[in-house]
Amino acid sequence: MTARSTAFAGKSPSFRAAVGLLAAALLALLPALGAWGSDAERGKALFKQCKRCHQAGSGAEHRIGPHLNDVFGRAAGSLGDFRYSPAMKAAGTGGLIWTGATLDAFLSDPRALVPRSRMSFAGIGEQGDREDLLAWLRGFSGAVSELPPAEPTATAEEYGLDPRLLSIEGDPEYGAYLAGECTTCHREGGSGEGIPSITGWPSDDFVIALQAYKRGKRVHPAMQLVAGRLSDEEIAALAAHFRDAGDQP
Amino acid sequence: MNRREGVMNQRNGNNGLSRRRFLATTVAASAALSAPAALGQGRPRVVVVGGGAGGATAARYIARDSKGAVDVTLVEPTRAYYSCFFSNLYIGGFREYASIGHSYGALAASHGINVVHDWAVSIDRDKRSVGLAGGGSLSYDRLVLSPGIDFKPGSVPGWDLSQQNRMPHAYKAGSQTQLLRAQIEAMPEGGVYCMVAPPNPFRCPPGPYERISMVAHVLKQANPTAKILIVDPKAKFSKQGLFEDGWQRHYAGMIERIGPDFGGDKVEVRPGAMEVVIDGEVTKVDACNVIPAQQAGRIAAVAGITNDAGWAPVVAHTMQSRADENIHVLGDASQQGDMPKSGFSANSQAKVCAMAVRGALTGSKVFAARFSNTCWSLIGTDDGVKVGASYEATDEKIAKTDGFISKTGETAEVRKATYKESLDWYAAISGDMFG
Ligand SMILES: Cc1cc2nc3c(=O)[nH]c(=O)nc-3n(C[C@H](O)[C@H](O)[C@H](O)COP(=O)(O)OP(=O)(O)OC[C@H]3O[C@@H](n4cnc5c(N)ncnc54)[C@H](O)[C@@H]3O)c2cc1C
Ligand code: HEC
Ligand code: HEC
Repeated sequence: MTARSTAFAGKSPSFRAAVGLLAAALLALLPALGAWGSDAERGKALFKQCKRCHQAGSGAEHRIGPHLNDVFGRAAGSLGDFRYSPAMKAAGTGGLIWTGATLDAFLSDPRALVPRSRMSFAGIGEQGDREDLLAWLRGFSGAVSELPPAEPTATAEEYGLDPRLLSIEGDPEYGAYLAGECTTCHREGGSGEGIPSITGWPSDDFVIALQAYKRGKRVHPAMQLVAGRLSDEEIAALAAHFRDAGDQP
Repeated sequence: MNRREGVMNQRNGNNGLSRRRFLATTVAASAALSAPAALGQGRPRVVVVGGGAGGATAARYIARDSKGAVDVTLVEPTRAYYSCFFSNLYIGGFREYASIGHSYGALAASHGINVVHDWAVSIDRDKRSVGLAGGGSLSYDRLVLSPGIDFKPGSVPGWDLSQQNRMPHAYKAGSQTQLLRAQIEAMPEGGVYCMVAPPNPFRCPPGPYERISMVAHVLKQANPTAKILIVDPKAKFSKQGLFEDGWQRHYAGMIERIGPDFGGDKVEVRPGAMEVVIDGEVTKVDACNVIPAQQAGRIAAVAGITNDAGWAPVVAHTMQSRADENIHVLGDASQQGDMPKSGFSANSQAKVCAMAVRGALTGSKVFAARFSNTCWSLIGTDDGVKVGASYEATDEKIAKTDGFISKTGETAEVRKATYKESLDWYAAISGDMFG
């Protein structure tokens, strides 16, 4: 169990029972606390790690990853209008249902639970962090009347970019040629720990990421070199190509 | 085996003859067998010779992007391609041998490429046809040559191909790599491993030094009193600062390098006695890795498109041979300008070539050529470094525009992340080549 509950291990059974009762009462009183001791407010802050790919809340849409409303209780890879990796879909049809326990396992090491998932995220090592995050995420599942509005995954302003960069119409045919440079490192539909997946991204997120490298707002020598010589039109062309690029079987 | 010998014989026989006369006889002899290859139903025909980093990529991109409008045949003698890239990691125990082998199955099945397992032994540029060792020939509208390298005869006195089992080069991957690893494992306690490093230009500039790192990694665990000797004709080498810093940190006292200032350029080997003679001084060694001077894979010379240095000069915009516009040369065999001879470079050049070939044969759009390269090297466990650059085509050559290199003193996290990148790169480029 959790690090916190082991603190009770030495106490008498009656003490534990009393604490258990108290916990139950607290839980009933404070719906914001998803489980004993977890802190949904902290969880909200921890969700920043997920926010560049996922939305949750009213009006949430699929971005780089699927929206996370009502994730508790749903089968993995089951939202019809999101293009999951074959691995995530297979996990769902194979019986993987998202619960507190399975989500905890997924977030601790995504590829251990779903090998070849396209989610490029290393995992959260601290169990307490995962619990807080899940406590917060649980608030977006079940009969919830009023969700706070979903926050955007990435904005041009965040990187001090001109929002007009997002409205350039890219030529997918040119993008397909330019993509040849990328697929030597980014396996199409692949998922790596060292080199992330970039297929199926919404154009805005894609353009923002590449512009951020190009302008040195995101730092990585290889990506800065690659993006540094791409024109705004070429970045738009690549975004158009990778938005629709298929998964490799 | 038989086929190989057949090729060698023909190669030897070729020496004294003029190229055209030699080719004319080969083609005439096989003309009767070549009829089926002409059944192209009017589709333009591309023949790719060599199914490595350049050739496999070019074949896949031409077939995939022309969606059946171009008839693509890939000629490659081996049924499984063992990549040189990551072969050093196999020597170091970081990769399984099977993980660096790739089949051509998906190229045939998913992209309709006609994969012919044979050697190309002749090229008739007037008739535009390629003769095969097994008989028969293939005619082409465009020919893509990506045969990799061959060794320059006589570059290391005392060594020739007949000695490759005693003193392996392991510079074409496969059984040679396995042999070298076995010889390192069999070294006596405190024994000496010697590498005779090649002069420029050669495939994979950091390759010999990554290999030294991997050999040191293995010996440090299994045979810690063993010594490593590098005999090097070059004053400087790729990523030198990074390697020397890493050797100091991981393998202090184990590695000695003799550069040209101490006779590293005056070396002779005696495979029978397992001796290396450096500037007249004899050293007894227990494993000896001779990496000779290199030139374009032999078929490029047979085609008559190589220069005096043994490489095939190309036009940077399209990778077309400067001697024949119907032939494109990719990868190690080409003389293109500033790019290092690497798998990444060959793959990058192949995409430019594929676009140019499709444009010429099907009228598809042609965009400005651009190239890039990144080479990762592993120095020790989780200690990866990289060097990369981007390039553009000028009328003169492929010209470097910008680049980066890892730095000494980077944190362990950065080095580990760099190593992890290389693992994903390997998966990606393999997929890009073979589907
Ligand atoms: C130890 C080592 C480590 C390396 N590490 C890296 C690395 O980390 N990253 C990197 O990018 N590069 C690396 N390289 C370099 C890389 O292997 C080569 O640059 C790359 O393979 C070149 O591609 P190519 O298509 O020119 O030749 P190859 O990949 O060698 O392919 C040539 C193919 O042509 C075939 N062939 C030859 N002659 C004929 C003929 N007459 N008929 C038919 N087929 C023929 C051969 O069988 C072969 O399969 C390394 C090389 C070595 C030796
Ligand atoms: C770099 C982008 C990225 C980040 C960061 C990221 N995810 Fe994901 N996530 C994805 C993608 C893409 C998928 C779909 C994976 C697939 O199809 O294999 C996914 C899938 C999921 C799923 C499965 C959803 C379903 O419908 O089956 C859950 C749950 C999830 N992510 C939660 C999280 C949480 C919580 C975080 C933050 C701790 C996070 N993700 C961080 C991209 C990301
Ligand atoms: C030399 C290998 C290499 C090449 C070539 C390359 N990339 Fe990358 N890319 C990486 C690495 C490594 C990262 C992770 C960088 C980081 O940590 O910020 C990355 C990150 C990215 C990201 C951000 C991913 C995320 O999850 O935020 C995008 C988008 C991207 N690359 C697009 C491209 C495009 C488009 C191209 C071709 C024009 C390309 N890359 C070429 C190695 C490469």
